[in-house]
Amino acid sequence: MSRDAAPAVGGISALVSDTWVMTRRNIRRHVRVPAQLIYSTALPVMWVLLFLYVFGGSIQVPEVDYVLFLLPGILVLATAFGMANTALGVAEDLADNVLDRFRSQPVSRPALLLGRALFDTARNGSALLVAIGVGFLVGFRFHGGPLAAVGAFALIVGFGFGFSWLGVLLGLWVRDPEAAQTAGLLFAIPAMFASSTFVPVSSMPGWLQAVANNSPVTHAVDAARALTLGEPAGRPVTAALLWTAGILVLAVPLAVARYQRIGH
Amino acid sequence: MSDQPAIEVAGLRKAYRKVRALDGVDLAVPTGSVLGLLGPNGAGKTTVVRILATLLAPDGGTARVDGYDVVGQAPQVRLRIGLTGQYAAVDRFATGRENLEQAGRLHRLGRARSARRAAELLDLLDLVEAADRRVETYSGGMRRRLDLATSLVSRPSVLFLDEPTTGLDPRARLAVWDVTRELAAGGTTVLLTTQYLDEADYLSARIALLDRGRVVAEGTPSELKARLGGARLTIRPVDVADGQRVAAAITEWSRGAPRIDQTNGEVVVAVDPDPGALADALHRVAALDLPVADVEVGRPALDDVFFSLTGPAGSGYASGGAA
Ligand SMILES: Nc1ncnc2c1ncn2[C@@H]1O[C@H](COP(=O)(O)OP(=O)(O)O)[C@@H](O)[C@H]1O
Ligand SMILES: [Mg+2]
Repeated sequence: MSRDAAPAVGGISALVSDTWVMTRRNIRRHVRVPAQLIYSTALPVMWVLLFLYVFGGSIQVPEVDYVLFLLPGILVLATAFGMANTALGVAEDLADNVLDRFRSQPVSRPALLLGRALFDTARNGSALLVAIGVGFLVGFRFHGGPLAAVGAFALIVGFGFGFSWLGVLLGLWVRDPEAAQTAGLLFAIPAMFASSTFVPVSSMPGWLQAVANNSPVTHAVDAARALTLGEPAGRPVTAALLWTAGILVLAVPLAVARYQRIGH
Repeated sequence: MSDQPAIEVAGLRKAYRKVRALDGVDLAVPTGSVLGLLGPNGAGKTTVVRILATLLAPDGGTARVDGYDVVGQAPQVRLRIGLTGQYAAVDRFATGRENLEQAGRLHRLGRARSARRAAELLDLLDLVEAADRRVETYSGGMRRRLDLATSLVSRPSVLFLDEPTTGLDPRARLAVWDVTRELAAGGTTVLLTTQYLDEADYLSARIALLDRGRVVAEGTPSELKARLGGARLTIRPVDVADGQRVAAAITEWSRGAPRIDQTNGEVVVAVDPDPGALADALHRVAALDLPVADVEVGRPALDDVFFSLTGPAGSGYASGGAA
């Protein structure tokens, strides 16, 4: 260019660059103090083994091996529990004095929250891969072909990204790190059990069926299950994507607005 | 040069629920000068700084930095300021260098310039040896210096230092003072808050005395001392408990409330520089017939101004007065 361009006024390039700085900040922290990373990777593996061997014998699901039924559910569960970590992380960021530095600098406003959600999504992704690896050792297989397998993975990661914004909202609302994490679990645990994660919805009492059938978790699990079993997946996948988009459309603007109002 | 002050505050008010933290604060800091905002704990110093740094919205009044309104034009303000808050705002899990480079990236300096600036500042604040260690291994003084360095990454034209030396050992304190003076000499406008009178005296061209959310006096350190004028009479009874009685005895000659050091019973009053008055005051103390360890007549110091203008509840001191 022959002359200096006007300085970039915020906008997309600032958002991308600042979000990367924030994401990298989270990566650095969790690589250097990896305890949380290890727990959140171990958790889905533990769920797979516990459910398979403790309840596996007594839970009857129609037509398929329980491991084929269970694993897609566990993968969604991992992302839902990841939400509690997101709530914790956001609350920690808010309690950290560093927040004052970021807020008094020309940092793109959503970058801090987006960096947290992206990091947690990446962490979910790696935890999923480990859980799938362990699943293979205990009899899990993708029966829908490689494309459906990649699709299932992407769908769960995307759903987890949507869910992580619920964690962002919780963190912003609750503020206290430990309380935020507990609130995340209080939300995630019933959301998991009142869904098709562990047992078919048809085995539940009527009122609970009504809840489970309208849970985004059920839709995500059904979609992932259909893709991994090689069953027709159009309807559940559409529902899961709509739920993910719906959560994002609601939670992201709410969270960003809430973040902007800090100090006002 | 423009006549516009770098920092301009008018009628600033802020309440936290029921606590009235700022109750109509006015300040003007000319470009390139250092203002010391001096006040006891809870006076409202941090609140002023947080509003100026766009972290907190005021309830009323206006605040401008380089002509930009801190509420309506916050993005422009943020491009120009540096903030060293009361508590170090650095990432514990990152190294000193990483903290500085991160700040550079957030100021859009690009990778190479961020790295160069980080190296310069590590050198300036004497952190070269610790540069590649994680901040969690730093001492409190090192953290504060790193925090100051981080707020200088963007070469701000206006710098806010909120109690930058509280809790530092004397050596670290001197290092912060040196850097502050260098920056001021280089044309940076500095607003510095402190509870330490010597710090305000040493660093600031002008001092504003903040007490319970109001500026109760403003001027150069010597103007403030001259305002009080007179002499300073110090009496230390042998028995700490006699402080109250001594204060009550001489309160009639005191300008402002006498103050008593609760740790040793020492009573300090500002008196008219009139030998007769001074003699009367000492007679009255003698009439108490209690053992006195020390009597001293001297010139007023900045802390006399401070304590004569700010009410009770100074750090470690309490005002006596006719009980
Ligand atoms: N977040 C807050 N919530 C309630 N009260 C506060 C808050 N921050 C400060 N205050 C009160 O406002 C007053 C001024 O506080 P501050 O500006 O921190 O004073 P300083 O920095 O001079 O010690 C104090 O009485 C303090 O207790
Ligand atoms: Mg303070």
